[in-house]
Amino acid sequence: MSAPLMALDGLCVDVPERADGDPLDCRFEGGQSWAVLGPNGAGKTTLLMTLAGLRTPRRGRILLEGTDLNRLPRRRIAQRLGVLFQHHHDGFPATVLETALMGRHPHLRAWELEHADDVRAAEAALARVDLLALAERSVQTLSGGERQRLAFATLLTQDPTLLLLDEPTNHLDLHHQIAMLELIGQEVAAGRCAVMATHDINLAARYCSHVLLLYPDGRACWGSTDIMLSVPALEQLYRQPLATGTVDDLPVFLPRTGG
Amino acid sequence: MHALRCLLVLTPLALLALGVALIFGSVPLSLADTIAVITGGGEPLHRTMLLELRLPRALSAFAVGGLLSVAGALMQVLLRNPLADPYVLGLSGGAAVGALLAMLAGLGVALVSGAAFIGALVSTAIVFGTAHGTGSWTPTRLLLTGVVVAAGWSALISFLLAISPATELPGMLFWLMGDLANATQPLAPLLVLLVVVAVAIPFGRSLNVLARGPQQAASLGVAVRRLEWTVYLSAALITATAVTVAGSVGFVGLIVPHMLRLLIGYDQRLLLPASALAGGTLLVLADTMARTIIAPEQLPVGVITALLGVPIFLWLLHRSQAS
Repeated sequence: MSAPLMALDGLCVDVPERADGDPLDCRFEGGQSWAVLGPNGAGKTTLLMTLAGLRTPRRGRILLEGTDLNRLPRRRIAQRLGVLFQHHHDGFPATVLETALMGRHPHLRAWELEHADDVRAAEAALARVDLLALAERSVQTLSGGERQRLAFATLLTQDPTLLLLDEPTNHLDLHHQIAMLELIGQEVAAGRCAVMATHDINLAARYCSHVLLLYPDGRACWGSTDIMLSVPALEQLYRQPLATGTVDDLPVFLPRTGG
Repeated sequence: MHALRCLLVLTPLALLALGVALIFGSVPLSLADTIAVITGGGEPLHRTMLLELRLPRALSAFAVGGLLSVAGALMQVLLRNPLADPYVLGLSGGAAVGALLAMLAGLGVALVSGAAFIGALVSTAIVFGTAHGTGSWTPTRLLLTGVVVAAGWSALISFLLAISPATELPGMLFWLMGDLANATQPLAPLLVLLVVVAVAIPFGRSLNVLARGPQQAASLGVAVRRLEWTVYLSAALITATAVTVAGSVGFVGLIVPHMLRLLIGYDQRLLLPASALAGGTLLVLADTMARTIIAPEQLPVGVITALLGVPIFLWLLHRSQAS
């Protein structure tokens, strides 16, 4: 049996001034999409950054295809694992195509120039997020939603097997939220794995096979979506009364006022 | 293609500037005389003037201008701040204090240069050591440390100037403003320039990614900490080399990368070699002006670069706000 894409071994993320909470022992496999749900400050972003190897965990290990993340050079990690950040820094202005091309960085040697293949990959990714028409535009002229889609196109160009997505639907209008999740769904269907932090329970219910609930006090539980998304668990998670119903045979959750 | 075109324009410009530097001076030579000397003939006096005075000085100017521009471009990426220049971390102040102390002690040119180099390295160590603190250093923290350390050095410089005998002052002021009169050994700085550019180009794509922030860069496979160390130390080393040759020549390291970014864009793989060529060209021309404007007297080249640099920079800033 081959090692899972990523396995957590008693992982405890380092959220300052919080008790250790439950150690995480999840396994992220190809073909799965995970939603990380939790209220503000529960440590969703911290968890994703830790999984990406950008933060040191308090304890426990992260195994990427069976190898301890600590032991892998950044370049090797970036060939397997990509991150969509919540905030985007443009640095010095570049064009949309140049930005997407940066996704090829971990696949190129230091002295290598981008090949025609790399440019084609970047253009294909831009086409998928509906930005190819803006390829020559400066990043600084883009709207928030366009930047978010560009960041995702860069991630698609990077072509990792494990996608860590911090609120992927941020800044997106309704149509592009669905378009984004469909794209993530296509990646998962192709055998990759997506782990996304989100506040949208309904999109999680629709698009994710697994759910990880993070409580503010460090408690955590995880499992398949149909089991995890129960009204009592979610009401306790968000400390918010919820109403539920069914649309297209899928559950929907709405916050109740008052209560 | 684009890259090739830029270098095809910049290289002849650099050669042209070197030619201008050979022809003009307190005694202008005709083009024919200059060509005669270059092809191995010419009058002995002309030969001495060109090959032993003007050529080494012009090549030194080229090396210093190139080094400062490359250092400026590197610092601007490292600090993710377009206003950074090679001196922003207080390096020139340390070098100046070293040089002035050596002059005060009555040491010769070589020892003054050595003292400047040591001063620059001491300043680098202080800034880097303290900015590091207990955690990781951020651009803001590094910048603040640099600014404060520079203020400390400038107080020491004022103190040294105040206690120095009047006869030493002109030499000291020339050094502080940047002066190429004593730059007769171009080989070492040229070699450093060549090596740094050759080493930096393969790092160019990583630097492009680093400009998008350390986390994003790390997620794209850049070993951020190691790259930042390398960039900082190489920028410090090449600035120290430049300062050792010519004192603190200002503005070249700030302006040249800026102008080039407006002209050729942000790709470091092109920007770094282009900075070396354009910075070298600019300083060769500025030094030729410094030698000729009030000939036979000479101006410190730093005066020329500042007088040219300030209006150009203000214009660029104004233009960038408008767009």
